Amino acid sequence: MANVGEILAGKDICICAGSGGVGKTTTSAAIATGMAARGLKVCVLTIDPAKRLADSLGLEQLGNEAKRVDPELFERQGVEMKGELWAMMLDAKATFDELVARQAPDEESRDRVLGNRIYQQISSALAGSQEYMAMEKLFELHTEGRFDLLVLDTPPTRNALDFLDAPRRLTQFIEGRSLRVFMKPTGLAAKVAGRGASVALSVFKRIVGFDLLADLAEFFNAFSGMVDGFQARAKRVNSLLADPHTCFLVVCGPQGEPVDEAVYFHRKLVEAKLPFGGVIVNKVHYPAEKLRGDGADLEAALVEKLGDADLARRVAENFADYQALAERDARNIERLTTELRTKGVIRVPYLDEDVHDLAGLAEINRYLFASSEEREAIAAGRA
Amino acid sequence: MRGYSHGPPLFLPRLEIARNRPVTEFLDKRLVFVTGKGGVGKTTVAVALGLRAAAEGKRTIVCEVAAQENASRIFEHAEIGFHEVEVAENLWSISIDPDESMREYVLLQLKVRAMRDMLFRSRIFGYLAAATPGLKELVTIGKIWELAQLDRKVKRGRKYDLVIVDAPATGHGVGFLQTPRTFAAIARVGPIHSQARELDRLITDHAHTGVAIVALPEEMPVNESAALERDLRDEVGVAVDRVYMNGLYPERFTNEEVERLRPLSDAEDGSTRAAARAALSEHERARSQRAQLARLRRRVEAPVKTLPFLFEPELDVEAAGQLARRLG
Repeated sequence: MANVGEILAGKDICICAGSGGVGKTTTSAAIATGMAARGLKVCVLTIDPAKRLADSLGLEQLGNEAKRVDPELFERQGVEMKGELWAMMLDAKATFDELVARQAPDEESRDRVLGNRIYQQISSALAGSQEYMAMEKLFELHTEGRFDLLVLDTPPTRNALDFLDAPRRLTQFIEGRSLRVFMKPTGLAAKVAGRGASVALSVFKRIVGFDLLADLAEFFNAFSGMVDGFQARAKRVNSLLADPHTCFLVVCGPQGEPVDEAVYFHRKLVEAKLPFGGVIVNKVHYPAEKLRGDGADLEAALVEKLGDADLARRVAENFADYQALAERDARNIERLTTELRTKGVIRVPYLDEDVHDLAGLAEINRYLFASSEEREAIAAGRA
Repeated sequence: MRGYSHGPPLFLPRLEIARNRPVTEFLDKRLVFVTGKGGVGKTTVAVALGLRAAAEGKRTIVCEVAAQENASRIFEHAEIGFHEVEVAENLWSISIDPDESMREYVLLQLKVRAMRDMLFRSRIFGYLAAATPGLKELVTIGKIWELAQLDRKVKRGRKYDLVIVDAPATGHGVGFLQTPRTFAAIARVGPIHSQARELDRLITDHAHTGVAIVALPEEMPVNESAALERDLRDEVGVAVDRVYMNGLYPERFTNEEVERLRPLSDAEDGSTRAAARAALSEHERARSQRAQLARLRRRVEAPVKTLPFLFEPELDVEAAGQLARRLG
C-alpha cells in the first residue's frame, strides 16, 4: 500500500477532490504540510479554511496572494520543517477580474466587461466559475514556477464531478452559440437565420424583458474580443490537468454514499484520461480486536473487573455499536479498493478531536505518510 | 436528552422567531427549506420532516433540486426524476430538474402550440436560457412555488399541505434562496420581473415559509451554520426557524465512570482493552461534540434542536423514520 509521499513523488500538482463534508480542506493542508516538512517548497490553495486552522497557521488575513506560514510555528509545535509551506485563499471574483484584465485588448473593453451587470453575476455566482477560477489560479502559479508542489483544495461542490465539468461549462457559456446572435454589429436587430431562432429570441425577450436581453447583448459584445484568449487559455489549463506531473487524489468518507461518489468520480477521471493518484478515506472506524465468543463473554469479563453490572453493560453496548460501524467501514473500503483496482487507498482514523491546528495536521500525517505496516500498527494500538 | 444547559440568548432576534414551538407547528407552514453545508445530512432531515408531517396526516412532498437523487437512495427508489412519486403513505417526492422546469414554465406561458413546438426545436432558446445567470435557479424555485399552490397550475396536479425542499449545499445555499431577489433586480421589466418578485415574497413570507438549517457538531459546520443564518437574515430577509444539530453522540459515561474505565485501557485481555478504549473514545467525542453544541447555541439566534447519531450501517428510510419520531 502506497503512502502520500510515494504517490506525490515527482509531481508538481496535487488536486484534492471530493464531495462536500469529507474533510478536503484539512486533508489538503495536511498533505501540503507533510510535503513541505520533507523538504519541498509547497503552496496550498484553499477555498475556505476553518478559521481556527487558518488562525493556527497564522493566516488570519489570507488573501488572493500566497503567504508563507511562519517556520517558527512548526518549531513550537515540534514539527520538523525542512522546506517551506505557503498558503493562499482563492478569491474567485478577483481571479476572474484579473483574467479579464489580462485578456482584454484595451482598457475600454476591460472596463466595459468589468462594469457589466451580467458579468458581475457570472463572476461571483455562475455555477462553475469558482471551480474554473481555482484551476486558473493553479495554472498561473504553475506557470510562475515559484513552487515545487501546488496542492489544490477544490471548492465545495455538490459532487466532485462539478469540478471537472467547470471549464467546459464556463467556456461553453462564453463561446456559446447564443453569443453569435448578439455579436453581430447590429446587436439585437441582427437578422437571425431561420424563423425558429427569431421566434426563440422574441419569446425569450417577452419572458425576461428587454433590459436583461440588452445587458446580455452588451456583455457578449464587450466580451467578443476576449473569446479566443479565453479558449486558448482554457485549453492550456485542461492540458495542465492531464499532465503526468499532475495528480488527483480523491478524498471521501467511509459511508456508502461518499464511497459511491468516489467510485463514480474515479471512473470519470479515467474516462477523461486524467491522472489518478489514490483515495484518502477520512474518519474511518478501525476494527478492534475481534470479540472472542459473543458479547456476553465481554460483559461478564467487564462485570468482573469493574464490579458494576450497569456500567459493564453500557461499555459492552458502546463497543458493539463501534464494531458495527467499523465493519461497515471495512466493507465499504473493500468495495472501494475492488472497484478502483488500486492499492492507493489510504485510511485516516476517526480521531477523538476535530483537527484545527498544526499538531492535529501532524497527527493526520502519521497516517497519510506512514508505510502500510506503520498504519496498521498505529490503528491496532488505538482501536 | 439530559445534561444540556441552555443559557439565555446573547442578543434579541430582530425578526420574530417562534421559540420553543413544537415541530408540529413548524410543519404547519406550507413550504419548508432545509439547508446547510454538504455532508451534514440535509436529505435525511428533509425526509424525516416529510415522514413526520405525513404521519400527522399532511399530504407532503419532499423536493430535491439539482438532480441529487439522494432521496431516491433513501427510499430505495431507482430514480425519482421530474415526477411526483408516492414514496410512503401521504408522502411524495420529486427531483426538480432545471431544464424540465424551464420547459414546463414555457408551456405554461405560451398558449399557442405552434409557437411552443418551434421554440423547443430551436436551440437558440436553450443557449439563451443557459447564458442568463440565475435563470435555472429561478425556474427551479418557480416549480417549488407551483407545487405549493393550492390551485395547481399543471394539469391534474394534486394539492399538497406541505412542500419540503432539500436545498442545495451552502456556498450556493444563500445564493439559491436569493435568486428571485437578484433576478428581479437584473430583469427590471417584463413578466419575469414580477414573477421573480412574487417568488421573493413567497420565500420571505414567514407565516407560510420556514427555514431549517442542518449542522454537525464540528468546528466548520458550526461556523458555517452561524454564517448561513446571518446571511439568510441580512441578505435574503428570511428568519431561520430552527437549527438541527445532527449526529450527536449519546453521553454514555460520566467523568467518574471514565476514570474507573481508564485503567482497563491497558488490560491484558484484548477485548476488555478494546472495549475500554472505545468507551474512552466515545466519551472524548461526546464531550467535544457538547462543546460544539454549546458554541452553536451561543452563535445562532434560532432555537437549536438535537438529533442523535444513528449507529446504523446505512441511512435508509427506517433510519429517517427513527429521526422523524425524535424531531424537535
